[in-house]
Amino acid sequence: MFDYFTDFALVLFYTLRDVAPILVLIIFFQLVVLKQPIPHLKRVTLGGVYVVLGLALFLMGLEKALFPVGNIMATQLSDPSFLGVTGVELSNWKSYYWIYIFSALIGFSTTIAEPSLIAVAIKASEVSGGTIKPWGLRITVAIGVAFALALGTFRIVTGTPLFVYIMAGYIIVIIQTFFAPKKLIALAYDSGGVTTSTVTVPIVAALGLGLSSAVPGRNPAIDGFGLIAFASLFPIIAVLGYAQFMSMKKRTFKN
Amino acid sequence: MNYKFYSFIILKKLWASVTDLIPIIVVIVFFQTVVIQQPFPQIGEVIFGILLVIVGLMLFIEGLEMGLFPIGESMAFALAKKGSLFWLMIFSFLLGFSTTIAEPALIAVAKEASVISSDAGLIENNQETMETYAVGLRLAVAFSVGLAIVIGVLRILKGWPLHYLIIGGYVIVMLMTMIAPVEIIGLAYDAGGVTTSTITVPLVTALGVGLATVIKGRSPLLDGFGLIAFASLLPMIFVMAYGLFWF
Repeated sequence: MFDYFTDFALVLFYTLRDVAPILVLIIFFQLVVLKQPIPHLKRVTLGGVYVVLGLALFLMGLEKALFPVGNIMATQLSDPSFLGVTGVELSNWKSYYWIYIFSALIGFSTTIAEPSLIAVAIKASEVSGGTIKPWGLRITVAIGVAFALALGTFRIVTGTPLFVYIMAGYIIVIIQTFFAPKKLIALAYDSGGVTTSTVTVPIVAALGLGLSSAVPGRNPAIDGFGLIAFASLFPIIAVLGYAQFMSMKKRTFKN
Repeated sequence: MNYKFYSFIILKKLWASVTDLIPIIVVIVFFQTVVIQQPFPQIGEVIFGILLVIVGLMLFIEGLEMGLFPIGESMAFALAKKGSLFWLMIFSFLLGFSTTIAEPALIAVAKEASVISSDAGLIENNQETMETYAVGLRLAVAFSVGLAIVIGVLRILKGWPLHYLIIGGYVIVMLMTMIAPVEIIGLAYDAGGVTTSTITVPLVTALGVGLATVIKGRSPLLDGFGLIAFASLLPMIFVMAYGLFWF
């Protein structure tokens, strides 16, 4: 029991350390530049305490529950002896199908639990007067991440150059931008950056490094990277695609 | 009566956090029991961890709506009312810079990068050079996030169309990919995703939406979002530029 308390104290300390610069910045601006009290100071302070406590509990829980299991699973699934592949099959990308399925599912599920995406989804729903449904946005983004990680692990297995995929992705985004409804473009661009946070990054990093050390001919230092880049690009495509699909559907019904 | 009412609300919020986590639990249980077919490692520990995650998520979201969103918005309102472009720019830069420089994910990535670069023979293989390299990389990324928020805020003020700026950024990324050292490319692409932390995102979003709400002629949905997009794009460019600068 005592261990848990020291663990929690440590995580709380780290969270506070991360929050400290923001806190200093806000206090400095309120006192020196704006020279006015913060509205509803008590409520806001309590909210701040909730955020720090909640984040510390969240991180500690992830370290206890999700990260060990996620790491074990990532290493076991990319282990050739588990996959039952030997010799020539080792370099055949089809032998690793469990990895693609696992990556897609873990990408989807960790994105649903990502606190920063929840935050953006709440704000987007508030700003759009409820037209954008928080769950609709979160599921669309999660599907984007799922596809990104499946494709990203495929890239690691095949050893194809990262920049080709990223360039292709950019070109798709650029083309979509010209056809998607203008209102949702900013939100779609933002959804790329918010998906890769507290929950997703550690698991995805473990997956990339584990897989690139297991597949013969891959160098973890070069091939291990890129999954996060995929996971920040494909949600944009997913959200833009969904926005366009919805506006097309609306148009067809009107005619 | 009151007590019953409150406990009902808390239960409802807890349940919302449970639904957020159901997908992860299902995926892990499925792979552990059906695919890998091995007993759970330390089942008690895992269940305890999941309970912490649920309570933590509930508290975070509660605090988000009580604290982070209102403070971000009220700062945006106050800064817009003050009407000083200088202080707004300083605030935007520092918000990006200060939250990124201490970001644990970035510290880990910078360290990794110094190891890769020295293994590849791009920088000298000694402790001092590697440390200078890692610190420099962190500064470059933090500076780029600060600059990203500044550009994003300027865009909201001036009403520049977001997509031209972002597409312009993509073109720069593509061009730099051709000349940057191969070893740094994967890392640079990933750097865009890791910089935006869980506390920065709500604050920055609230700042953008707040500014777009008070400035005449701006739509919160159309102009308020987009700050995070800059904050994930600029680090890629800066990390590649940093790579070019060193070699």
